[in-house]
Amino acid sequence: MITIRNAHKHYGRQTVVNNVSLSIQANSLTTLIGSNGAGKSTLLSMVGRLVDGQGEFLLEGKPISSFKPTDLAKQLSMLRQSNQVSARLTVRELVNFGRFPYSKTRLTTKDHQLVDQALSFMDLTGFADKYLDQLSGGERQRASIAMVLAQDTTYVLLDEPLNNLDMAHSVHIMKLLRRLVDEHHKTIIVVLHDINFASCYSDYIIAMKDGKLVQHGNTEQVINSERLMEIYGMHIPVAEQGGRRYCLYHL
Amino acid sequence: MHAKRTIALLSLCFLASVLAFLLWNVTSANLLYHLPRRAVKLAALCMTGSAIALSTLMFQTVTANNILTPSILGLDSLYLLIQTMIVFLFGSKQLALIKRHSEYLLSVVLMVVFSLILFSLLLGKRNLGLSLVLLLGMMFGQLFGGIASFIQILIDPNEFLTVQARLFASFNSVNTSLLFVSSLLFGGVFLVVLPNLDTLDVLSLGRDTAISLGIDYPLKSRLFLVLVAILTSVATALVGPVTFLGLLVVNLAKQMAKTYRHRLLLPVSCLLSMTSLVLGQLLVERIFQFNTPISIIINFLGGIYFLSLLISRGKA
Repeated sequence: MITIRNAHKHYGRQTVVNNVSLSIQANSLTTLIGSNGAGKSTLLSMVGRLVDGQGEFLLEGKPISSFKPTDLAKQLSMLRQSNQVSARLTVRELVNFGRFPYSKTRLTTKDHQLVDQALSFMDLTGFADKYLDQLSGGERQRASIAMVLAQDTTYVLLDEPLNNLDMAHSVHIMKLLRRLVDEHHKTIIVVLHDINFASCYSDYIIAMKDGKLVQHGNTEQVINSERLMEIYGMHIPVAEQGGRRYCLYHL
Repeated sequence: MHAKRTIALLSLCFLASVLAFLLWNVTSANLLYHLPRRAVKLAALCMTGSAIALSTLMFQTVTANNILTPSILGLDSLYLLIQTMIVFLFGSKQLALIKRHSEYLLSVVLMVVFSLILFSLLLGKRNLGLSLVLLLGMMFGQLFGGIASFIQILIDPNEFLTVQARLFASFNSVNTSLLFVSSLLFGGVFLVVLPNLDTLDVLSLGRDTAISLGIDYPLKSRLFLVLVAILTSVATALVGPVTFLGLLVVNLAKQMAKTYRHRLLLPVSCLLSMTSLVLGQLLVERIFQFNTPISIIINFLGGIYFLSLLISRGKA
C-alpha cells in the first residue's frame, strides 16, 4: 500500500500540488486523470522521489525517504514522461540497466531472462540491438517501459506510458498492465490522458484538478457525466456497452 | 569488442609517442643527462593528460551534456587572476623567492573553493539549473579575466613578461616535488573513481532514471563534481590552463569507442589525451624549438575540432 499524507508542492507562488492525502490499495491498477497542469505528474514524481515536496509518503507503512536508495529501487520503479537519453546505447543495453539495482552491471542468467521477457512483452525483440537514436518516438517509449518492467518491482509508477504509441501498442500495454496486477500481484499507478483506457482497465481512478484531489473511487463512481464535468469542466456523455463505460468526448 | 580493439591500438600509439619522446637524439654519451629530465616531463604530461580526460568525462556525464568542459566554469581565468595578483602584490623578484609550493597551494585551494561554490548553486536546495550556473561561471570567468588584464596594464612591463609566461600551459619547467604532490592527489581521485565507474554509466541515463534505478543522486553527483573541481584545479595549477584538451579527447573517445561504458570510455580518453600531450610537447621541442607554447597548439587543433563538432551537430 502507498499512503500519501498532505502532499504539497509549489514553485514560487504557484501551487502545483495542494494538500493531497490518499492511499493506494496494494495489488491494484490505479489511474490518475485530470487536465494538463492538474498536478498528476508532480504528485507521481513526489512518490517516486524525483521531486522534493512537503508531506508524508509511505510505502507499506514506512516513509519512502527512510529506504536505502538501492533497496527502494527493488520495490518501486518509475517511468517519467520524457525519456531523452544522451548516451549512445542499444535497446538491450538500456533494458539491462533495469537490473542494475540487483546485479549492478554484472548480470546473471536470471537477469538476462527477465530482460528478454521485458523485451518480448514490449514487442521489441527484433529491435534489441538497434541504437536508441535510430528508433521512432513510440519505440523509444516502449524501450523505456521495458526497462521499468525488467526492474521487476512490486510497485510501478508510470507517467503517461501511452505517449507516442499507436492504438495497437496502447491496448497491448494496458492489457499487459492488467495482467501484471492480476497474475503477478503488482501495484501500478499510471497517469493517462485517454479516459476510456482509464475506464476500461483500472480498478481505481484518482482525479485531480488545479493541484487538488477531486475524485477517488472505482470506475463506476468516477466515470459519469456529472463527475467528469467537475474534473474537466466540459459536458461528456457516457455510453455503456458490454458492461463498460465509454466517454464520448470527441463531439 | 570494438572498444577493446580501439584501446589496444591507442596503447600502441601511446607507447610509440613515449619512445619517440624519450629517445629522440639520445646517444650513449648523453643518455644519463636526457633520460631523467625527459622522464619527469613525461610523468607530468601523462598525469595532466589523464586528469583532464577524467575530469571532462565525469563533468559531461554528470551534466548530461557532450559539449561542455570544466574550463567553462572560469577556472582558467581565475588561475590567470591569481598569477597576476601574486606578481602585482609581491613583484616578480619576490615571486622567485617565495616558495613555489605556497603559490601552488594557494592556487589549488582558491580554485577548488570557487568551483565548489559554483557547484553548490547547481546542487544545493536552491537549484539554479545547469544553464544559469554555466552562465554564472562564464560571467565570473570574464570578470576575473577583466580584472587580470586591468592589473596587467598597471604593472611594470618587465614584470608583465613574468605573468605572460604563466598565461600559457607549459611543461618545460615542471617542479619535481610539486609533481609528486599532484600525483598523490590524482592517485587519490582515481582510486575514488574506479569503483564508481558503474555509477557513472547509470548517471549518463539522466537524473530521473538514475534515481529510479537506486542511485543516491544528490550524494553521487556532488562527489563527482568535487572530484572534477580537484582534478581541474590541480592540473591547472601544475602546468597552466589546458582544460580545453578535455573536450577534444572525450568527444573523440566517444566517437571512436562507440559505447556508453565508462569502463571503456575512461581508458580510451586517457590514452588519447596523454598521446596528444606527448606528441604536442614533442612538436614544441623539436619542430618549434620551444617558440610556441603547447596550449596554442592544443587550442588551435581543439578549436578546429570544436567548430566541426558544432557544424556536424547542426546538420544532423
